[in-house]
Amino acid sequence: MKRKVLSALLIAAMTMTAVGCGNKSADTAAPAETEAPAEAEAETTDDAAEAEADDTEAPAAAASGDLITVGYAQVGAESDWRTANTESFKSTFTEENGYKLIFDDAQQKQENQIKAIRSFIQQEVDYIVVAPVVETGWETVLEEAKEAGIPVILSDRMMDVSDDTLFEAWVGGNFVLEGETCGNWLADYLDAAGRGDEEINIVTIQGTIGASAQVGRTEGVDNILKEHSNWNMLEMQSGEFTQAKGQEVMESFLKSYDDIDVVICENDNEAFGAIDAIKAAGKTCGPDGDIIVVSFDSVKAAFESMIAGDLNATFECNPLHGPRVAEIIQKLEAGETVDKIQYVDEAYFDTSMDLESILAERLY
Amino acid sequence: MNKSLKNITSQRLFLPIFCLALVLLVNLITRPDFFSIEIRDGVLYGFLIDIINRASELVILAVGMTLVVSASAGTDISVGAIMAVSAAVCCNILTGGERAATAYSNPLILGFIAALVVGAIIGCFNGFLVAKLEIQPMVATLIMFTAGRGIAQLITDGQITYVRVDSYKVLGSSFPGFPVPAPFIVSIIVVILTTLLLKKTALGMYIQAGGINKKASSLTGIKSVMIIFLAYAFCGLCSGLAGLIASSRIYSADANNIGLNMELDAILAVAIGGNSLGGGKFSIAGSVIGAYTIQALTTTLYAMHVSSDQIPVYKAIVVVIIVTLQSPGFARWRKSLTQKKDSNTAEKGAA
Repeated sequence: MKRKVLSALLIAAMTMTAVGCGNKSADTAAPAETEAPAEAEAETTDDAAEAEADDTEAPAAAASGDLITVGYAQVGAESDWRTANTESFKSTFTEENGYKLIFDDAQQKQENQIKAIRSFIQQEVDYIVVAPVVETGWETVLEEAKEAGIPVILSDRMMDVSDDTLFEAWVGGNFVLEGETCGNWLADYLDAAGRGDEEINIVTIQGTIGASAQVGRTEGVDNILKEHSNWNMLEMQSGEFTQAKGQEVMESFLKSYDDIDVVICENDNEAFGAIDAIKAAGKTCGPDGDIIVVSFDSVKAAFESMIAGDLNATFECNPLHGPRVAEIIQKLEAGETVDKIQYVDEAYFDTSMDLESILAERLY
Repeated sequence: MNKSLKNITSQRLFLPIFCLALVLLVNLITRPDFFSIEIRDGVLYGFLIDIINRASELVILAVGMTLVVSASAGTDISVGAIMAVSAAVCCNILTGGERAATAYSNPLILGFIAALVVGAIIGCFNGFLVAKLEIQPMVATLIMFTAGRGIAQLITDGQITYVRVDSYKVLGSSFPGFPVPAPFIVSIIVVILTTLLLKKTALGMYIQAGGINKKASSLTGIKSVMIIFLAYAFCGLCSGLAGLIASSRIYSADANNIGLNMELDAILAVAIGGNSLGGGKFSIAGSVIGAYTIQALTTTLYAMHVSSDQIPVYKAIVVVIIVTLQSPGFARWRKSLTQKKDSNTAEKGAA
């Protein structure tokens, strides 16, 4: 009973806001009259999430002149990677491609993202895309989106929700695969250098403990490590994804172990710090040096470091999620079902490639 | 013999030094090579050097924080954020607004001065709020704590700004031809200058007087408002300098991470140094020792191969022990224990 009252209130509130929006910007908001019954209907068929999504889309899409409205709640703009991710969405969801993108920068704060999602619901967008700042605490706002019949797609990071029908799909990088790619590259590289059977001492500068990138990459590298009995993981220590900590941890590693062969850094910034520490200790690194340094993410600065001959290889974490999300939306529009977990394609780069020309074309 | 021991243990700095020694002692047992120092590439190299090098920013922050704590009986929690702002300002001036540069757009000294001035200005802002408007120190500095990183992000467009020029790396590594790490030298200069300033002028006494009893010190003619204001301004200046060193280490301004959580370490350094967070009497030397103790602990845990996810636990345990050892409650308990012992022996003697 309480729930009924609540939903009635919610519908009333939404009707009000829809009217408000409709007056201001006729192109984004659907007329309140057509939307309200769709809402009420959705409320009665609680279980069929897919069906209710389709119900509400039809009038909304028609009202906005066949443009599909997508709201994107982005984390912020803390790195080149994030900026490239934003650009990918902005260049994919253009009006020429039949979309209208409403972009929101949450400045690393979950409450801002929740606000953004609520405002998307009020504006009656067709799809909501979220790159969550943190994994937990999303149930309430996703329920609201579900009740409004708006499908939610996650980008980059996962949400930890009890009911996974609250979102349609997740798009992001496969961190475990990245780690495995790194391990396989290392095996090939050592074979090519004629060191395939040598005893290889490895240290890892991990990311922030518990971050999905740290967990996945550590696991991936570990999977390959198990296949090579001559590989010896001396120590793993967190560099918290920063250059300063990476440097500090590497300084300590170098004093503890005399014969480090490989340093695996779980992001590029840690590698820059590690390289400085290696040089300060009077050792050399890179393709022509004593120590092999590899890292993840592949930001622009990593290419510069490879060109300078300091870094051996970097394994990409692809930020270009826009096209894959568009693909999912098209499938949903056509009424098809989509896979819950969708990985983007990811490559790697090493010093044997034509890095100058790759760098010139690179967006991030 | 017993008396001289008592004399030593009752020294003000005995406990902080004892704690530092205790942390280092663990290394002596677990890995004796911890204390070996050699020269590599013309620079001193070893775990001990890492400690004095890496602790430099914290030492500088602790000096500023000590004065703030003493003068206003409150803490400045914005020091980490100020570091980020000053680093952002410096790098942005040197790159001329670009996100990466391999040559200076403006003279190096201009960047340094601007960073220090910005640090001092933010310090003055904090000082104004605390001294003049009498806002609670933690609330007043909370403003910059929250806004500081936002400002730094704004200056750098939210991205890491690199200054890839060798001379920019000097402050965070070593002066050419000089084996001692540059950050250490800078931090020691700051400590010496501050101590001289406080000892040679009456400023040190004024700060303590204001911290012990603001009203009484005002009645004797000390402008306590001005003293508190200056303490915060100086703390801001120190934070600006610490930000420069941190930025020089990574030849970039990383608005998200420079000085992150440093304010907590700085406050802890002051506390471990045996200073009361309630204001009044203070010892710069104590805070400096406190700062080195914190870094020694981190470096020790690295050297002992403690895995990253467990480090905070060990740190917490050691900090709890150190703080308990120095707490007034523990001191009372120790006193009552020795008194009991004394009276016991006295009774025995009488019998």
